[in-house]
Amino acid sequence: MNETDFRPRVLVTKIGLDGHDRGSRIVAAACRDAGMEVIYTPPWQTIAAVVKLALEEDVDVVGISSLATDHLIVPKLMAALRDAGLGHMRVVVGGIVPDNEERMLLENGVRQVFHPGGTMDEVTAKIRAYALEAREAGVRADTEKLT
Amino acid sequence: MNKPIEAPFAADTANDAKARWQRDYSESIGTDRETANVSGIAVRPLYGPDDWAAYGQADPLGYPGQPDYTRGIYATMHRGRTWTQRQLIGLGTPADYNARLLGIMAQGASAVSLIPCNSVYRGYDMDSVEPELLGTCGTVIDNADHMDRCLEGVDLGRISCALNDPSPFTLLAFMLVAAERRGVPWSAVSGTSNQSDYISHFVANHMFYRLSLPGARRVLMDHIAFCNEKVPRWNPMSVVGQHTQQAGATPAEAMAFTLATALQNAEDCIARGMDPDQFLPRFTFFFDISLSFFEEVAKFRAGRRIWARLARERLGAKKPAAWRFKFHGQTSGVDLTRQQPLNNIARVTVQAMAGIFGGLQSLHTDSYDEVFQVPGEAAARIAVATQNILREEAHLTDVIDPLGGSFYVESLTDAMEEKIVAIMKTIDDAGGMYKAVESGLVQRMIGASALRFQQRVDSGAQTIVGVNAYRADDEASARPAVERPDAAKMQAHLDSFAAWKKARPAAVVAAALDDLTRAAEDPKANTFAAVVDGARAGLSNEEICGRLRRDLGFGQPLAFV
Repeated sequence: MNETDFRPRVLVTKIGLDGHDRGSRIVAAACRDAGMEVIYTPPWQTIAAVVKLALEEDVDVVGISSLATDHLIVPKLMAALRDAGLGHMRVVVGGIVPDNEERMLLENGVRQVFHPGGTMDEVTAKIRAYALEAREAGVRADTEKLT
Repeated sequence: MNKPIEAPFAADTANDAKARWQRDYSESIGTDRETANVSGIAVRPLYGPDDWAAYGQADPLGYPGQPDYTRGIYATMHRGRTWTQRQLIGLGTPADYNARLLGIMAQGASAVSLIPCNSVYRGYDMDSVEPELLGTCGTVIDNADHMDRCLEGVDLGRISCALNDPSPFTLLAFMLVAAERRGVPWSAVSGTSNQSDYISHFVANHMFYRLSLPGARRVLMDHIAFCNEKVPRWNPMSVVGQHTQQAGATPAEAMAFTLATALQNAEDCIARGMDPDQFLPRFTFFFDISLSFFEEVAKFRAGRRIWARLARERLGAKKPAAWRFKFHGQTSGVDLTRQQPLNNIARVTVQAMAGIFGGLQSLHTDSYDEVFQVPGEAAARIAVATQNILREEAHLTDVIDPLGGSFYVESLTDAMEEKIVAIMKTIDDAGGMYKAVESGLVQRMIGASALRFQQRVDSGAQTIVGVNAYRADDEASARPAVERPDAAKMQAHLDSFAAWKKARPAAVVAAALDDLTRAAEDPKANTFAAVVDGARAGLSNEEICGRLRRDLGFGQPLAFV
């Protein structure tokens, strides 16, 4: 795949109970401005709704914004994505995540946790790289299915 | 012969002192930097008599406790009674909350706060949400029994309690039922319905947004009318500037949106036939205090006099109690950093000082660890100590409005006032705050300001120590491992709630829900009175919120990037 005309598809959303959406809106705008296809939702999505949207929109990266402990149910999202055959998608989490729980998220397959203080350029560069990874992993998985 | 020690400067005969300074300054500094505050007001290197419009008048500022209250709403201000120290608490089960509460009351607190779990905010009971999330951000309170347990051993007639309790105010309903059971008259119950400002929730803090805009508007009016009549020491209206500023509004925007919201709610009350001299003294305000020190001081001083003018001239209130701008300040969490977290103690100190010099009535200082978690106990103690040091060691309270008369502060107060009034005019021209948020006008303004701030940080135009400057090895050791509520205790709470629900006669529950519907359908009925009746009859938080959502409309914020 030619990296220059690669257009990442990113879902930016919030699961769980919290509604603070300053972070998700800023990241969504930054991804859009960096040339990505952004699917943005309001807060309070269920895990099932996120999986359905990720599948229908065929995204490369799922970005979960969490300010008030909603990251604690991200392991359930990871399992639901795998069960839906979307294990190739990369999941990133941004927001307030304590060190000990960051380790737990990474062990559950989260690609990276972004903390407050990163610049938008850093964040979008990483998301682009993960999208490329996901796209290639998806192609590989499809090829394996065919052969 | 030597001149005596006390000999004055020989009089300076030159009257071109200002021009000479200007020349010396320009020569010395070379290319000067453009400086503007967050609200977009240009900041010059020096202020003098020419920059303060009222300078030279006999009483350019008036006096504390007198309109327009620039110098403070009371004659004594902090020299008399210092601000109320009101730290937010709320975690785990009602028993966990009660233990923490009794602990801080033993240390002398007479004003408390109660933060419920996010499940409660969203209007759900504990058996409807992901169990991993229960009690991680606040206390799980779903019925009057839980509230009774939270406040066990607390004299409800003596403590002032701030409830984080959005529309339809189920927590206050639970508390009033608890008071009834203990024989405490409602007339003795005091405190504040924090989060009664549905407009700020719709715009910026969707976590608290439960009912549709028109539904929330009606229930708020019912709540204010009910409390004015039956719980006279309760403040039913807390207008919130904190949400919009945390969401990215500039200090001037946040003040403008808050005053416009207060105006909207007051005009709604008047349209309903309420008397401003009765309800306005129970209006309170709640603001964010950012690190932009002088801008925050000026924001509060300007807000205070704009409100006095609006209350008297536009709303027609005649009593001074109705003109006073009483506010609670919370140091801004957005300014805190995960990097080098102990630096946050210094940030909180500066923010708190801005609020104190701004003339606040009560203060919450953030714990340095709030960028990781709901405050831990050790960090919360430092936050309280910070207030104690500022109040009792630093001599900040000896003089009223100590920054008053500073050419810079007065000039900035005037400039902030002008900016705030201009934003308020835009909103007024759009038909008032309700219409301006319904159309998304306010949300767009906040989104643009948030993005502008982020770009200033990303470009380095705004320094943030440890983030885009002075980076150092991260003090990971200062970041505590976070403990979540005890799973076994939460399970026991869930089990007992399930048993309680099952034990209620179905007919009683159905009848109580029908009563809610009847109140919602009758525009003359008071929906909040019906919520209190429902709480007494044994309805849960979700049952009350769910029924009113069905009957008055479900709240969904406008969402756009």
